[in-house]
Amino acid sequence: MARTIIPFGPQHPVLPEPVHLDLVVEDEKVVEARPSIGFVHRGLEKLVEKKDYVEFVYVAERICGICSFIHGQTYCQAIEAIMDIPVPPRAHYLRTVWGELSRIHSHLLWLGLMADGMGFESLFMHSWRVREQVLNVIEATTGGRVIFGSCKIGGVRRDIDADGVKHVLAELETIERDMREITKVFINDNSVKKRLSGVGTLSRQEAHDLGCVGPVLRASGVAQDMRQLGYAAYPELEMEPVTRTDGDSYARCAVRCDELFQSVSLIRQALARIPAGEIAVKVNGNPKGEVIMRTEQPRGEVVYCLKANGGRNLQRFRVRTPTFANIPAMLKLLQGCDLADVPVLVLTIDPCISCTER
Amino acid sequence: MKPDQTLEIIALADLVEKARVVQAQGGRLVQICATALPSEFELTYSFDFGGRLASFRVQVPRDHPRVPSIGSVYACAFLYENEMHDLFNLSVEGMTVDFHGKLYNTAIKYAFGETKAPPAKPQPAAAAAQPN
Repeated sequence: MARTIIPFGPQHPVLPEPVHLDLVVEDEKVVEARPSIGFVHRGLEKLVEKKDYVEFVYVAERICGICSFIHGQTYCQAIEAIMDIPVPPRAHYLRTVWGELSRIHSHLLWLGLMADGMGFESLFMHSWRVREQVLNVIEATTGGRVIFGSCKIGGVRRDIDADGVKHVLAELETIERDMREITKVFINDNSVKKRLSGVGTLSRQEAHDLGCVGPVLRASGVAQDMRQLGYAAYPELEMEPVTRTDGDSYARCAVRCDELFQSVSLIRQALARIPAGEIAVKVNGNPKGEVIMRTEQPRGEVVYCLKANGGRNLQRFRVRTPTFANIPAMLKLLQGCDLADVPVLVLTIDPCISCTER
Repeated sequence: MKPDQTLEIIALADLVEKARVVQAQGGRLVQICATALPSEFELTYSFDFGGRLASFRVQVPRDHPRVPSIGSVYACAFLYENEMHDLFNLSVEGMTVDFHGKLYNTAIKYAFGETKAPPAKPQPAAAAAQPN
């Protein structure tokens, strides 16, 4: 049968950011997908040669516009590990609260994009309506909606006072109620089920062998979540990884839906147990040594490799983003799929090209 | 928080065999990090064992920047290896999927291969203050 190459992207209605795939098709079946990235590669890793290690927190936060806070947090944690900085417990809790708010708004963004990709426009709009409420809470507590600017080496810049805590908890009630309405549709609606069930199935073994991370890995039955490594306030909170075993697009959607409520629970626990005290310590000197720091972003494990030789500039700064780790799985899912399923399968890994093009 | 991780320096010739051993033990490939040093490239291969991170490092001389692919052991390694080629100009021999330098469409070829940042462009003379 004759083969045709269909270009998919870099500009495509289901792609909020540029990535290109050459889809090799036979009739309506995709037999191979060849990716091409780097359209907006910014070389941020190279910028450590010019930016002071303290100033670089701002750059780390700007790697991504969705999980910006966790990027800054991971960078700070890596420097703190190298320099052995004792971060105050209150700062750990505040980082946890903002990290989980980031996860909620990221998952709601994805749910909206997936609904849009399926042509379910009202569901898309409701998902993003609730996301706005989350962004309002973030703005009220940090002053920013996209870039929080709240994390710094040694702690955090802002505190949440008692009134702020009450406000967050009250808003969470509304947000949780609205999310229940939306997720009910994602989980129970027949058209959503038909569109996602059995599409792009990844077995547990395949997910492991392909190096998958985050909801993609957990939807295939692997209970791995970097929050269990014990950073921030997570060791003191109750949390179990959300998993599904079917490994298809519906399972990945269900994992993200459940993680919304897991994040709400974590925020409530953190705000109930947040200790009083300082929110930051003073940092002196320059880092010397190296460390690999891993945290759980909404899309999965992010890896920061830092190497410092005692100067103001780091010797090496490398970020392995969750989307980068999930690209081999996406290519595997595309092999043999129907051409009409390509948008769903691309969206199903929740690709963040901004992160990948760090 | 000090992460639970180890780092072992291994010979370049032992890399693929080491990957095989790690894979047999159930290690998940977490990342491959290349670092350009003045006299060599430093490659760090990290694997996860249920939360514990084990890294193996090889050194690749600059005058012979060739490294064997671990793609035959870890299918997902091709992305990291193509990245090493496109950003560092490292030749990875035996890649399972080779994009021939087309994975990253960067404006500067092999931008990460040098250790020093390119000199900053001269700034234009300061313009007169603009009214708000």
